[in-house]
Amino acid sequence: MSLAASADIEKKPWHRLDKLGVLVAIIGLAGLALPFALFRANRIVPGEGIGIVGSLDDGWSILLIAAIGAALATALVRFRPIVKLAAGFLALAVLAFAIGAAASHLTPADNNYARVAPGAGFWLLLLAFSLMVTDALTRLRLRPVWRVALLAIVLGAIGLILWSGLWSNLSLLKEYASRAPAFWQEARTHLVLAFGSVTIATLAGIPLGILCYRVKPLRAAVLNTLNIVQTIPSIALFGLLIAPLAWVAANIPGASNIGISGIGIAPALIALFAYSLLPIVSNTVVGLLGVNGQVVDAARGMGMTDRQRLLNIELPLALPVILTGIRIVLVQNIGLATIAALIGGGGFGVFVFQGIGQTAMDLVLLGAVPTVGLAFAAAVILDAIVEQISIKGRGA
Amino acid sequence: MKIGLLIRLAVFLVLVALLIQPDLFQGFFALFARPTQPAIYNQGNLLDITISHLTIVAIAIALSTVVAVGLAILVTRPFGAEFLPVSRTIANVGQTFPPVAVLALAVPILGFGTAPTLIALFLYGLLPIFENTLTGLTTLPPNVIEAARGVGMTGRQRLMRVELPLALPVILAGIRLSTVIALATATIGSTVAARTLGEVIIAGLQSGNTAFVLQGGLIVGILAVLIYDALAGLERWLTARTGQKQAAAN
Repeated sequence: MSLAASADIEKKPWHRLDKLGVLVAIIGLAGLALPFALFRANRIVPGEGIGIVGSLDDGWSILLIAAIGAALATALVRFRPIVKLAAGFLALAVLAFAIGAAASHLTPADNNYARVAPGAGFWLLLLAFSLMVTDALTRLRLRPVWRVALLAIVLGAIGLILWSGLWSNLSLLKEYASRAPAFWQEARTHLVLAFGSVTIATLAGIPLGILCYRVKPLRAAVLNTLNIVQTIPSIALFGLLIAPLAWVAANIPGASNIGISGIGIAPALIALFAYSLLPIVSNTVVGLLGVNGQVVDAARGMGMTDRQRLLNIELPLALPVILTGIRIVLVQNIGLATIAALIGGGGFGVFVFQGIGQTAMDLVLLGAVPTVGLAFAAAVILDAIVEQISIKGRGA
Repeated sequence: MKIGLLIRLAVFLVLVALLIQPDLFQGFFALFARPTQPAIYNQGNLLDITISHLTIVAIAIALSTVVAVGLAILVTRPFGAEFLPVSRTIANVGQTFPPVAVLALAVPILGFGTAPTLIALFLYGLLPIFENTLTGLTTLPPNVIEAARGVGMTGRQRLMRVELPLALPVILAGIRLSTVIALATATIGSTVAARTLGEVIIAGLQSGNTAFVLQGGLIVGILAVLIYDALAGLERWLTARTGQKQAAAN
């Protein structure tokens, strides 16, 4: 039956139809129908949606609609993944240019209060073509190195667009322009919080994991305790650390000099560290338990000491699993670090919560977009490293 | 095992007492508040807030379960097979979105209150359940499926009587993960005016009252541990049940 079905593919024209492409086309057409850009007289008032035709000069808007139409048509037909990838990326580039041009076109000259933001239509088109690109990439099964290279190219392109000033009239970048020093200050804090906590957790978690692996009675106790830590809501854990740290800062000489205080970065860093321990410790234990017993026996037979076995055999073999734990924690902490803003710890969360307070969507985005971008990039890079190491491990 | 059950029962009773008669714990929480500050949350009834918190989480997770299991079934059928690889990637990428960002971005569309929290918890709950259902449905022993096909079951019968029951423990593990995440994440919903236990914690943060922070945090933590254990117990029971059935069939 399946043989007959595959023979039919060549004959019936609708079998050339890509099912995922149908979904992409539906989302894309909805995107074309909804407002492409949002115009607001100032940053707080509700916006007025404007379609593609109103957002650009007539000639350009026809060209844009034609380009989107062509890309959606490509999505509908079963082409090779590489063709779809190229069409998808091309469409995304066109969208990136168009939204910048629309912002410049819609902003009245010499008006600093007017705001132009991407509308629902833009976001749906972005979703449609991202879906197309994601599907093509999944099917291409790129090697880890190429995935990271592609990420670098995309980030480079976004950097180039930002530098060229093409997006300068977009509301998000106007928010940025009015608080650029604060943005970079919070970006530094965010990176210190996320990467600092993961680094400390790795330095503490791997030895703890090795200990739990070697000393079996300890294992359940440590893992259960860390499990319970995970259930404490992050804002509560941040809050509960304020009082003890304030006490330490006030009563232990020298503590406040090295930056320990009740509010600010110290409780946030400790809370993020506490959340990071479980995945790292448990993955270290699971990784070490998964090492083939015969390999360990062989190493023992060769006269390796405990320490040599651990460093030369067991840890290298467990590395992919341990790294997976670190990847989970890093992505999670980049997101959780936003909550540090609630206790004065800084980070991109400052903009998110300020934005919620002022109901200023652009300010929320100024905090949320870099956070999501950072988490996404960290996930892609660490996934690639894990896969690369696993391939090498299998090859050896 | 028995001792564990007794401890959990005791913890549950303490939690109930704290919610119904918080004044009983006045002395304990007063240790964490300054003398001039109230020791027990006084801007609302703890029991009401807890029920509201649990209701929001329950609705969100019920919705996530229906949608995520439905989608996972769709992409594992021949009709939706083309969507399988891309849906895996989306589930992976989706997990990189921090809950705070999802919550904050839902506010401009839905306004302040319960709705954005519900949507954020729903979206965030989808991914673990979807991934686990996918794992459960794609790693079934092939000979069991062959046997079901061999006795003449239709696709729908195989799904309802064989595949879903066998995958149920794994699906439930996903629901458990989503529920625990949602219980903690719901507290952040209070920053957008949803009625959850985050209200108590944030009131404590704003007035520098550690007793409030501790109360809110303790209630959420205990709820999470108890619900986690209950769902884990249910999973073990289900696994044992399907295991027994398999043994009997052999």
